[in-house]
Amino acid sequence: MKLLTLNFLTCAIKTCKTQPASFPLHPRDAELEIVETDMNLPFLKNILPRLMWDELRTITSELGLPDLPPTPPTRSNLVEGGEKDAVAEEEEQEEVVEEPTQTAKDLHRILLETCIKEGKLVCGACGHEYKVMEGVANFLLPGHLV
Amino acid sequence: MSRPEDILPPDLFYNDTESRKYTTSSRIQKIQSTMTHRALSLLSLSTPSLILDIGCGSGLSGEILSRPESEGTPGGPHIWFGSDISSSMLGIALEKEVDGDLFLADAGQGVPFRPGTFDAAISISAIQWLCNAESSEESPAGRLSRFFGGLYSSLRRGGRAVCQFYPKNEDQKKMVSQAAIKAGFGAGLLEDDPGTKNAKTYLVLTVGGGELDGDITGVVRGMDGVDVMDARRRAKGMKRGEERKGSKAWIMRKKEQMERQGKVVKASSKYTGRKRRVQF
Repeated sequence: MKLLTLNFLTCAIKTCKTQPASFPLHPRDAELEIVETDMNLPFLKNILPRLMWDELRTITSELGLPDLPPTPPTRSNLVEGGEKDAVAEEEEQEEVVEEPTQTAKDLHRILLETCIKEGKLVCGACGHEYKVMEGVANFLLPGHLV
Repeated sequence: MSRPEDILPPDLFYNDTESRKYTTSSRIQKIQSTMTHRALSLLSLSTPSLILDIGCGSGLSGEILSRPESEGTPGGPHIWFGSDISSSMLGIALEKEVDGDLFLADAGQGVPFRPGTFDAAISISAIQWLCNAESSEESPAGRLSRFFGGLYSSLRRGGRAVCQFYPKNEDQKKMVSQAAIKAGFGAGLLEDDPGTKNAKTYLVLTVGGGELDGDITGVVRGMDGVDVMDARRRAKGMKRGEERKGSKAWIMRKKEQMERQGKVVKASSKYTGRKRRVQF
């Protein structure tokens, strides 16, 4: 399961929906793996405003990954030469193939290539544990918790 | 025509043999792929997006989502998350090494994602399973309402969802679309080949706001060979803001008119324009 997914998952239990601690789910006993995928720059640009950066930082520190910068990158940080002002870009009418920067590559690695293979996800509010096996999280709830 | 949902619950019906049969059948593969392409054309995505696939099964529809634009997926390659209740189906998806993240989850228990997560959602031949409850603790209506409620909040404003399903009868079609409307969606049904054995029903759901063009009538605008049948009630022959003769607004306007003409007019109160109580 990608770390990107973990940035969107909440606890499935109904009573947890209203509690702020139900997001993010905290990984425990996690076994990580790197799955190489193709760089998808337009997707990164699309998803960037929706990321909860602080929660992403908490999770990476819990997993013992290198620290992320305290402020989230902006869209212009992702494209090579993106700091140029917009007027200059408009002048170049032809389709320019956008080159991802190192920031974009790092973001791609952390969000889309770092996967949790085995382990548990624990809700911060109710403490319910969701098992992750072979990268598939089990969100089936017993009847009394629905 | 046999309906698998009448035989067993989905997690038991799609066991290892049944899942393999389903995934390897070239007929099913072809039908699923045409339906996925149809759903994608209804979603009309232009950039790589985050998509939820409900009832992804062995990833037949997901494989199409991860394809690049050059291979016929508009706006692709998309990143998708898939959820399914059958572990055997997910096992086959793992064997095939699909790109999306998979979850073992029951759609009737809700959608465990934070609000505004997805650009779009897709579901191919799945939500008819929600119309069956397997225990006395739950009801089809409750399962549908939890599913659509969760889906509504997890889509971003201006997002769309397309759910292809096989309704058993008209009642079931109505129950599903009513549940979606109750959750807040702008809902509409699109039927391909209506009245034939190959009829396919697509529930097209829209979330208000954003750059979206209204409900399903906006979605299908400009598509070829689509007839719109709008069954919504509409006040006939009345323009918006027009008042009916005898209504409170009309009485107030008349009283004002009279007052301006210098006539004696009774004072207005909350009782003005109300019907008199029946005395006997």
